[in-house]
Amino acid sequence: MAALFRGRHRWKRTNSLHVLTRNLTGNYDYDLVVVGGGSGGLACSKEAAQLGQKVAVLDYVEPSVQGTRWGLGGTCVNVGCIPKKLMHQAALLGTAVRDAQKYGWTISGPVCHDWATMAEAIQNHVRSLNWGHRVQLQDKKVKYLNIRGSVVDEHTVRGLTTAGKEMILTAKNIVIATGGRPKYPTEIPGAVEHGITSDDIFWLKKSPGKTLVVGASYVALECAGFLTGIGLDTTVMVRSIALRGFDQQMAGLVTDYMDAYGTKFAWKCVPKRVDKLSSGALQVTWTDTRTGSEHEDTYDSVLWAVGRAPETRALGLDRLGVQLKQETGKIILGSDESTSVPNIYAFGDIGEGRPELTPTAIKAGKLLARRLTGHSSELMNYDNVATTVFTPLEYGCVGLSEEEAEKRHGKDGIEVYHAFYRPLEFIVAERNASQCYLKVVCERRGQQKILGLHFTGPNAGEVTQGFALGLQCGATYHHLLQTVGIHPTCAEEVIKVSVTKRSGLDATVTGC
Amino acid sequence: MDPPTGPSLGPYDYDLLVIGGGSGGLAVAKEAAGLRRKVLILDLVAPSLRGTERELGGSSLNMDSIRKFLQQASLLGKAIQDSQKYGWSLKEEASHGWSELVEAVQEQVKTRSMEVKRELKSCGVFYLGARGELVGPNTVEATDVNGRKRRLTAETVVIATGDRPQYLGVPGDREHCLTSEDLLSLLHPPGRTLVVGGSAEGLECAGFLCGLGLPVTVMLQPDLLPGFDRKTAQKIENHMIVSGVDFLYHCSLTKVEQTEACREDVVSGESATTPQEVSRLRVTTISQEGQTKQEDFDTVLLTIGRKAFTSGIGLERVGVQCSQSTGRILVNESDQTSVDHIYAIGSVQHGRPSTTGLSVHAGTLLARRLYGGDGILCDYTNVPTVVLTPLEYAACGLSEEKANLTFGEDSVEVYHSYYWPLEWALPARNKNSCYVKAICHIPDHDRVVGVHVMGPNAGDILQGFVAAMKCGLTKQQLDATVGIHPGSAQVLSSLTQTQRMSEALLMRGNC
Repeated sequence: MAALFRGRHRWKRTNSLHVLTRNLTGNYDYDLVVVGGGSGGLACSKEAAQLGQKVAVLDYVEPSVQGTRWGLGGTCVNVGCIPKKLMHQAALLGTAVRDAQKYGWTISGPVCHDWATMAEAIQNHVRSLNWGHRVQLQDKKVKYLNIRGSVVDEHTVRGLTTAGKEMILTAKNIVIATGGRPKYPTEIPGAVEHGITSDDIFWLKKSPGKTLVVGASYVALECAGFLTGIGLDTTVMVRSIALRGFDQQMAGLVTDYMDAYGTKFAWKCVPKRVDKLSSGALQVTWTDTRTGSEHEDTYDSVLWAVGRAPETRALGLDRLGVQLKQETGKIILGSDESTSVPNIYAFGDIGEGRPELTPTAIKAGKLLARRLTGHSSELMNYDNVATTVFTPLEYGCVGLSEEEAEKRHGKDGIEVYHAFYRPLEFIVAERNASQCYLKVVCERRGQQKILGLHFTGPNAGEVTQGFALGLQCGATYHHLLQTVGIHPTCAEEVIKVSVTKRSGLDATVTGC
Repeated sequence: MDPPTGPSLGPYDYDLLVIGGGSGGLAVAKEAAGLRRKVLILDLVAPSLRGTERELGGSSLNMDSIRKFLQQASLLGKAIQDSQKYGWSLKEEASHGWSELVEAVQEQVKTRSMEVKRELKSCGVFYLGARGELVGPNTVEATDVNGRKRRLTAETVVIATGDRPQYLGVPGDREHCLTSEDLLSLLHPPGRTLVVGGSAEGLECAGFLCGLGLPVTVMLQPDLLPGFDRKTAQKIENHMIVSGVDFLYHCSLTKVEQTEACREDVVSGESATTPQEVSRLRVTTISQEGQTKQEDFDTVLLTIGRKAFTSGIGLERVGVQCSQSTGRILVNESDQTSVDHIYAIGSVQHGRPSTTGLSVHAGTLLARRLYGGDGILCDYTNVPTVVLTPLEYAACGLSEEKANLTFGEDSVEVYHSYYWPLEWALPARNKNSCYVKAICHIPDHDRVVGVHVMGPNAGDILQGFVAAMKCGLTKQQLDATVGIHPGSAQVLSSLTQTQRMSEALLMRGNC
């Protein structure tokens, strides 16, 4: 009841034109209001609607610093997975065209890449997905509102349209799935004015040209990878290590391949300032932390890929008393995606300690909807979630890194089976396969339960998926020994792996 | 270098003698040598009827890797087309040069065979390029390429002689037709090709040739992909038709002869002197109704099936029994023949599936059972297979028909979906081509008894699922796995439609 009075009190104070009434019996406008129309938010709202709930989803894209904006669907569809994978494919096709010549295809004249053609095709596809999502919401009878949402209390959401009109919605439950946005290193002079982020790169109408990518996250490496692949002069500037949080041996293979592939690396360097020259080019000054010396170079574009953070302030969460993790700004969640405020839930990238992945957001969203509607009590299992880094040499992994496994079980408690293999496709194409590698990290005792699996090679994501399933089923090394290989594939090397790191023997696969 | 006949661990020259240097034979030999046994492997395969030489490595090396290279060559042709939608510009249409491909592939086959030989040496396996024939219970007579014979004894013998392509037995087939072994020895492009046989081998070859821009017709004699899941086989055929392959149904080949034009060439001496000169062939076929027809092709490729290599190796002499119907060797679950110390693995076995992966697996496990104290038998169920057709198809476990037969239709649930690989978005390829299905046995916790994947990299996608099936995969576990995005494999973790629901199968949206 206190909440009811508090809500009414706030309601009277707002300068609203669209006020939806709430009567005294406690009926809400909606059973569920989801703030955020990304992978997670859409999955949650559609599932809830399917289970009979009255649902509204609010989605609003704050333009990037450079002014880029996009439609419904969130990061994945618009400025993440989808355009990234398509640009990665463009780069792979460049390699394919070169390989083809080794297989007897004759291509006359030089092959060159046009950014505008690629970008337009990708942007059109993304727009079709935006449209597709709108249609799906309509089909599932989810109310879609293109307004910026903020949470007033545990049953009230305020929405603001671009025109400045305000709406108030009340709901039994509120779900926050607003994700995150790229961070800018605001302490670096010129970073904000002259740099772009992953929010912008996929929507550029003109080629970014000679690019400096600052950061060594998978976002940085993937972007640098496809930029190199389409023929652009690309440098990655890394402050300390690449792919923090990932298995470091594998991270090394990924960057080694990129280096051989043509991406330049500036290791242990930190940018100091970015200035725009009269020519329009950007001059970047940086410090090599190993020597303390300063360097300068000019680029057409500077892409910041130094991490992502949620926009929790705009949501009004601090006022509400929703507990946030101070270092990251993300929401602290229970295992059922609940926040510290009743009836307010959150999941996806905005959740502290959650993997920043689309499929986990989708699954978590669906399970949350089922729990909120009383259809299930199943919690989201965040263990053993597979992921893939779509660098020029792809890296797929599931489970623990070798470092983490060693930490948990001790070096003597684990057995690592590994192999350097050679994809058949690379052979005729005469491509260097030195970084094509896999390792299976197992418990040393008994049937040797698989703790982690790591694979670099073509189609790493496709190879890894089934093994992730295996981990779900409690697969052991013993199971791998009993599995028949599919020949000829790269994936079969995983089930054939037999050399242990402990033995010190040569792990190169030979023969047929 | 003569393999030594000096002392082994017992009264025999060798602990293990393997007849056949294909994937199975090599696997058992290497594993046994690794377990410190004295092992000899014999491999001397006669060239094909057309004179195509074979290297050490069996069908696997000589054919499997070639299949992959051919598939790559044809996929890369597609990739060149796709690349233009992704912003790459080519001045003119790319064209394919057959002889460049043949040269590249032949070089690879030789290199890989050298690698196999090197590996055998480093493993400590003795190798003799000779034909093996059992002349006594523990004695094998080895005849090398020069006709030199020697007798070698072994405590245990493994027969892994594999199989070879079959001929039809119609006039002109041996003189004028090629088998898959000959395809990559052709110095000239095969031109307009007729592929006889709807086997996986036949469809693959047809797909490769079509992908390289060559006109291809497939004569489904006798059937389309015998033994495979019917509905998926149909989809493969449909996709090939759309890709430009012609199909001939309900007819069979009765005669192959040279055309007059070709005969004139020979008379005038203008034809090439190499055995594989391009010739125009006239093919006579007869339909089910009895109508004959004639058509001209440049090449006729026979892919009607394979025959086990079980004659001329002395099986009858020592009492190793073969099946009356197939001619293949009868074995028990330990791969043992009717003679205790003689084993058989690979495609020479009767009643077992035949894939390279299986032969390698069976060979390795056999060696471990014989010498490693391991008791693990090779599981011949859930053997995965991959068909490198234009739309790749990989499957493990039961087909829908077998599942229904084994468990009854009411106990079987088929979950399925079409999917659209993200990469197909820009070239705007068909949305209802790629397809997956998981066949579940309802009473047994919805256990997954069959997985079928049709799409790019199907083989790579399926491998991990095969391992999961070994763990007793259920539909619930499949659903509990979070997908890798963006990717095609993840569709297997979000199957909700069943065939029973019989709704229109439209591709579901990405992301």
